[in-house]
Amino acid sequence: MTSSLWTPTRRNFLAGSAALSAAGLVGARPASAAVDWKRFAGTTLEVNLVKSPRGEILLKYLKDFEALTGIKVNAEATPEQQQRQKTTIELSSGRPSFDVVHLSYHVQKRQYEKGKWLADLSGFFKDPSLTDPSMVEGDFAEAGLKFAKDADGTLRSLPFSVDYWIVYWNKELFDAKGLKYPQSFEELVSTAEALTDKSTNTFGFVARGLKNANTPVWTSLMLGYGATPIVDGKIASDSKEAVEAAKMYQTLMTKAAPVGVSGFNWAEAQSAFLQGKVGMWFDGVGFAPPIENPEKSRVVGKTGYSVIPKGPAAQAAGTFGDGLGVTAASTKKEAAYLFCQWAISHEMGAHLLQAGAGVPYRQSILDDAKVREGVTMPGEWVDAVVASGKVSQLALPVIIPVTEFRDIYGVALTNMIGGADPAAELKKAGEQFAPVLARSEG
Amino acid sequence: MASVTVDTTAADAVTEKGVKPPRLAPNYWPFVVPALVVIGAVIVFPWVFTLWMSVNSWTLGQEQTFIGLDNYVRLAGDMRFWESMWHTAIYTVLSVVAPLFLGTLAALVFDGQFPLRGFLRGVFVMPMMATPVAIALVWTMMFHPQLGVLNYLLSLVGIGAQEWIYNQSTVIPSLVLVETWQWTPLIMLIVLGGLAAVPREPYESAEIDGANAWQKFRYLTLPMIAPFLMIAVIIRSIDAVKSFDIIYAMTQGGPGTASETINIYLYNTAFAYYDIGYGSAMAVVFFVVIVALSFVLMMVRARTNWSDMEDR
Repeated sequence: MTSSLWTPTRRNFLAGSAALSAAGLVGARPASAAVDWKRFAGTTLEVNLVKSPRGEILLKYLKDFEALTGIKVNAEATPEQQQRQKTTIELSSGRPSFDVVHLSYHVQKRQYEKGKWLADLSGFFKDPSLTDPSMVEGDFAEAGLKFAKDADGTLRSLPFSVDYWIVYWNKELFDAKGLKYPQSFEELVSTAEALTDKSTNTFGFVARGLKNANTPVWTSLMLGYGATPIVDGKIASDSKEAVEAAKMYQTLMTKAAPVGVSGFNWAEAQSAFLQGKVGMWFDGVGFAPPIENPEKSRVVGKTGYSVIPKGPAAQAAGTFGDGLGVTAASTKKEAAYLFCQWAISHEMGAHLLQAGAGVPYRQSILDDAKVREGVTMPGEWVDAVVASGKVSQLALPVIIPVTEFRDIYGVALTNMIGGADPAAELKKAGEQFAPVLARSEG
Repeated sequence: MASVTVDTTAADAVTEKGVKPPRLAPNYWPFVVPALVVIGAVIVFPWVFTLWMSVNSWTLGQEQTFIGLDNYVRLAGDMRFWESMWHTAIYTVLSVVAPLFLGTLAALVFDGQFPLRGFLRGVFVMPMMATPVAIALVWTMMFHPQLGVLNYLLSLVGIGAQEWIYNQSTVIPSLVLVETWQWTPLIMLIVLGGLAAVPREPYESAEIDGANAWQKFRYLTLPMIAPFLMIAVIIRSIDAVKSFDIIYAMTQGGPGTASETINIYLYNTAFAYYDIGYGSAMAVVFFVVIVALSFVLMMVRARTNWSDMEDR
C-alpha cells in the first residue's frame, strides 16, 4: 500500500498527529521559519576547542560554516587537560579571548554554572530567525538536556557529543570457551573469570585502574546497583550499593585483569584489548575506531559491542559528554550561537557519527538510515550506542570539584586493586572528600 | 646629559680584606633603575604575589577571601602533602646517588685510552640530549607489563614479569631508572672535566710508594675530584627535586599517589583543582625547603674546595 501527503494512510495520519503534538509540547517553531545564516556575515569569531576526534571534525568542516554564514572563524584546539586549564583561567578573569568554548560536561558543568561563565541561550533557541525548526528539545537525548541546562532549566550550551560506556568483547575468546555475552553483573564477573587463563597470558576483563581515570568505572558500575556517590549534595559513597560496586570492581581487576592494571589508563587498556588477549573491555564508545583498524588491531571483525549488562537494580549506561557554549562575556553572542548550532546540525552530527569520532545527542541523526549507511563502524556498534542511549544515566556527580572527587576515590580504587578493603577505603575517601565538597559550594 | 661622578675620597679607604669599592654619587642611581624594575617585575613581584595568594582562599571561579595562615595550617594536617614530600626526598636522593655512582665510574672508564673512545663517549651522552617527554613515552612503552620489551628481556633469562611503573612499590625505583639513564652522562662529563685537571705527579709518587689502583683512587683521585662531584651533586639535586616532566608523562603521580612528588601535587592543586591559594602555600613551603637544601649543599661544597682542604 502506498500513501502520500495528500492521501495519508491511517497509520501516517496518527504518526503525524503525534509528531505535531510532541512538537507543540517541546516548543517547536513553525516549519516555515528559516534561519538567516548570513545575518552576521563579516563577523569574526574566536572558538576554543578541545583537540580530540570531535574537535577535529569541527575543524575539518570549518570552511563549510564560513561559506554558509560569511562569518570568519579563528579556531584554536588544544589537548583536553590544557584546554580545561586555559579556558578556566581565562573565564575566571572575566575577559576570555574566545566567544565559543568546548566544554566537558562531566567535569566542568557545575564549575561553569557557579562561575556564570556561559550566556543564556534559551532566547536564541526559541527564536525562529536563529534556530533551525528541526532543532527541538525532544530530539535530544535526555542526558544531553540535563547536561546543557542549569538547575533552574536555563539553556547554557548545546549538547555536542555523548559518550556512553559500553562493553567491547572479543568473540573469538568467547567462542573458544563456549561462552555467551553476560546478561547480568553476576554473569559478567563469572564470565571474566572463566575467560582468564594466566598461563596463556589471557585475561577476562580490562578497565582503567589508574587513579582519577578509574573512578568512572566504579561510578558506572554503581549505577547498576541503583546508586550514585553523591545524593542531594551529600556524600553517599559508603552506602551498601557503593561498596558492592567497589567489590565488583576489585574482583574484576584482581582476578580477571592483566598484571599492572592499577597503572592502566584507557590507552593501556585499549592496547591490551587490541592484542586479542583480553575478553572484555569496559570504556567509552568513542574508543572504537582503532579496534576495526587492521593496522592497529588484531581483533578486527572479531569484536562485539554491547550495552553493559543489567545490574542488581538497573541496567544503566554511564554517560559523559561534550557541549558547546557561548561565553557570557562575548559581544557576538548571536553569531557564536549560530556556530554552536551548525556544530550540532544534522549534517555535522552525521560526519561525527560516520567517522566514529563521537555520537550526536540528536535521535533524528541516529535514526536516519542514510546516516547509518555511511557509518564506518560495524552496525553492532551503532546498535550498542542506541541501546545505551535508552538506559543512559550521568556517571559522575554534577559538582565543582569533579577532579578532586576522581582523584580521591581513584586512589581508594587503586588501593583496592592492591588488596585493600573496599568499605574501609570508601569510608576514608569520603572523609577526605567531605571538606573539599563543602569548600566548593561555600 | 646626567653626569656621573665618583666620590674618590672614599675610594682610598682600606679595609681588612682589601680596597673598599668607591661610594657612588647620588646621581648615579638612575642607571640602576632598569635593573631594579626588571628584578622587581620578574622575581620580586611573583614572589610577593605568591605569598599574598597563600594567605587567601582563592579557587578559580569563586570569591577570594583573606584567611591568614589557614592554608599553612591545612598543609600541616594534609597527609597527601607529607607523603608527597617523602616521595620527593626519596626520588631526589636516588636520582642523585645512582647517576653519581655510575657517572663517576663511566668517567674513570672514559678517562683511559682505548679504541673508539671518542665515538663511544658520544654515544654515551646521547640520552642527555633527548626531550624528557619523548623519553618518558618510550620508557612507558618499554615498561608495559604485557607488551613492553623489558619484561620480554627478563623472560629470556627466566625472570618473571615485573610491574615497573604499574605497581605502587616499584614505581619510584622505575622512574629513577629513567632519570639515571638520562642524566648519568651529565655526571660523567663533569667528572671527566675534573679528571682532566688532576695533576699526574701525585700518582707517580704513589706508584713509587707501591700504592695499588684502589688506593690511588681512594686517596688521590677521589679527594681531587671531590669539588667536581659536589658541583655534580648540586646540579643533579636541584634538577631532581624539581623533576616534573618525566613523572607527569609516565605516571601522573600514580599508581594511586605512589609517585606523587611535591611538584605534581602542587600542579594538581593549582591547575587541576584550581585551588590557587592552597597551591601557593605549598609553593612557599617548597621554596623554603629548596633554599634550605641549597644552603646545606653550598656549605658542603665550600668544605670540599681544594684551597679549603689545604687550609685544614
